[in-house]
Amino acid sequence: MAHPTVAVLERHLHLYRRLWRASVFSSFILPVLFLVSIGIGVGGYIGDIEGEDYLVWIVPGVMASTAFQMAIGESTYSVLGDFKWVRAYHAMRATPVEIRDMVAGWMLYILFRVEIAAVVFLGITGLFGALRSPWAVVTPLIAALVAVAAAAPVTAFAASIDQDSYFALLFRFVMIPSTLFAGVFFPVEQLPEALRPLAYLSPLWHGVELSRAATIGVAPPWPAAVHVGYLLAFAAAGLLWAVSAFRKRLQD
Amino acid sequence: MSEQPLIYARGLVKRFGDFTAVDGIDLEVAPGEAFGFLGPNGAGKSSTMRMISCVSLPTGGELRILGLDPARDGSRIRARLGVCPQLDNLDPDLSVRENLTTYARYFGLSKAQARSRADELLDFAQLQEKASSAVEPLSGGMKRRLTIARALVNDPDLVLLDEPTTGLDPQARHLLWERLFRLKQRGTTLVLTTHYMDEAEQLCDRLVVMDGGRIVAEGSPRSLIETYSTPEVVELRFADGVDYAGKLEGIGRIDPLPDRILLYADDGDAAVAEVHRRGLTPSSVLVRRSSLEDVFLQLTGRTLVD
Ligand SMILES: Nc1ncnc2c1ncn2[C@@H]1O[C@H](COP(=O)(O)OP(=O)(O)OP(=O)(O)O)[C@@H](O)[C@H]1O
Ligand SMILES: [Mg+2]
Repeated sequence: MAHPTVAVLERHLHLYRRLWRASVFSSFILPVLFLVSIGIGVGGYIGDIEGEDYLVWIVPGVMASTAFQMAIGESTYSVLGDFKWVRAYHAMRATPVEIRDMVAGWMLYILFRVEIAAVVFLGITGLFGALRSPWAVVTPLIAALVAVAAAAPVTAFAASIDQDSYFALLFRFVMIPSTLFAGVFFPVEQLPEALRPLAYLSPLWHGVELSRAATIGVAPPWPAAVHVGYLLAFAAAGLLWAVSAFRKRLQD
Repeated sequence: MSEQPLIYARGLVKRFGDFTAVDGIDLEVAPGEAFGFLGPNGAGKSSTMRMISCVSLPTGGELRILGLDPARDGSRIRARLGVCPQLDNLDPDLSVRENLTTYARYFGLSKAQARSRADELLDFAQLQEKASSAVEPLSGGMKRRLTIARALVNDPDLVLLDEPTTGLDPQARHLLWERLFRLKQRGTTLVLTTHYMDEAEQLCDRLVVMDGGRIVAEGSPRSLIETYSTPEVVELRFADGVDYAGKLEGIGRIDPLPDRILLYADDGDAAVAEVHRRGLTPSSVLVRRSSLEDVFLQLTGRTLVD
């Protein structure tokens, strides 16, 4: 008998099957365009960074931030819509599906989306010759951690609000600053010392540093276990918040 | 075991903040029964149905569904219920068939079982031709039929229908009644809410009238009519604005409504004869059998559908 979590995942996959063409552009092509324009174009002016070719240096950052942005972008309107307009979660509520199945099924769907993008991206950057270490194969796992750490709290947020205008604030004040200042395009050490802790708070920075360590084959700035631990803790807290937000939204 | 009620409630209460939507009701529904909640907007029908469906927990009182406690065994209970909520919550971007198979999977049916169950239910709901159509463009009646069909995917012991036919045209409504009647004949226990008197009379063996969160009357449709009304009702309309209520005194119980006067009588024709004998000339006269509408009017002083 299929687990209810799997049934929830299947529902999201069914819907995705109808939309996948539209999303291919943003998940594969956009990061590649990014690499070409920033990595090769801008990189041509910059030269090396921390002893590496700029393209090589930026690839792991773009990979982690793609996972981060996909996870956030997917967990906004879709989640709110499934509560507010489609009422898909209300429909599930009347079945043996439990709240934790709803959250877990959704996270598995996000992981499915992110992992496909991460693996394809890894292959393409391999072809570009931008991977320096066999450790690069673990980057999809890091992307998975970043994805859950980002998607879980955003899903919880989306389940708690009633108006989609809040998402503009989320994009403007959380997602874009995180992407710009989490060590994706330049080392966090370039930031004024007072601002660096903000980058350390972002799960993206930990994901970027782990990915970079993996593709270049160097040690991350903090012990790897601390980066992984931070991401796990962030994800766990987000999941708890999501379960409680779903429960609150669906009570009565 | 078979005599255990499927629904058992004592002093059931639901509050939203300070507001009490369900104010201490007692219920028992036996296997095989068709049970109805009748009541005006805001009476607390849906709030009660949601507690029975185990999607909302009671604020107070005792509730047992299928002999189990919703607070502890919600998921186990829901596995054996079929729920048609007041508002359709179909997946608009999935096809009609996918709506059924997806929902079947929530109940743990295998993919093959889900497909064959979907075929049966498409038949039942007369939606075979629409099987691969998206849900969005379906008519209201088709969506409602699909929602009811979906509620049956798990072959439930207890089917809960919140206003199954509200907003449908008479044809669509009659088709649905016929389908629900079939379910009832198969021995499925039905619990439904409705604003429609004829629906309650057609489908329910027993019903309660709710008003303001309380049960104000309970019984079979016939017994309620016998208790709270007379066998016949005369509807009189007068062309002028004169107050005729006084002139009708003594013929039977009188209920003056804004547009007509209801006269409750054991024998409608005799009452009409008396009206004419008094020299009154109503512009229209209708003698009809008493209905639950009259019961409701008698109990609450209000008409049901406004
Ligand atoms: N989630 C909620 N939060 C606050 N108040 C609620 C909630 N749900 C219902 N109510 C209130 O409880 C009362 C009873 O509502 P309910 O939906 O049970 O009535 P109903 O008999 O089903 O009415 P209708 O015929 O309009 O469907 C209403 O006054 C409603 O506003
Ligand atoms: Mg209602």
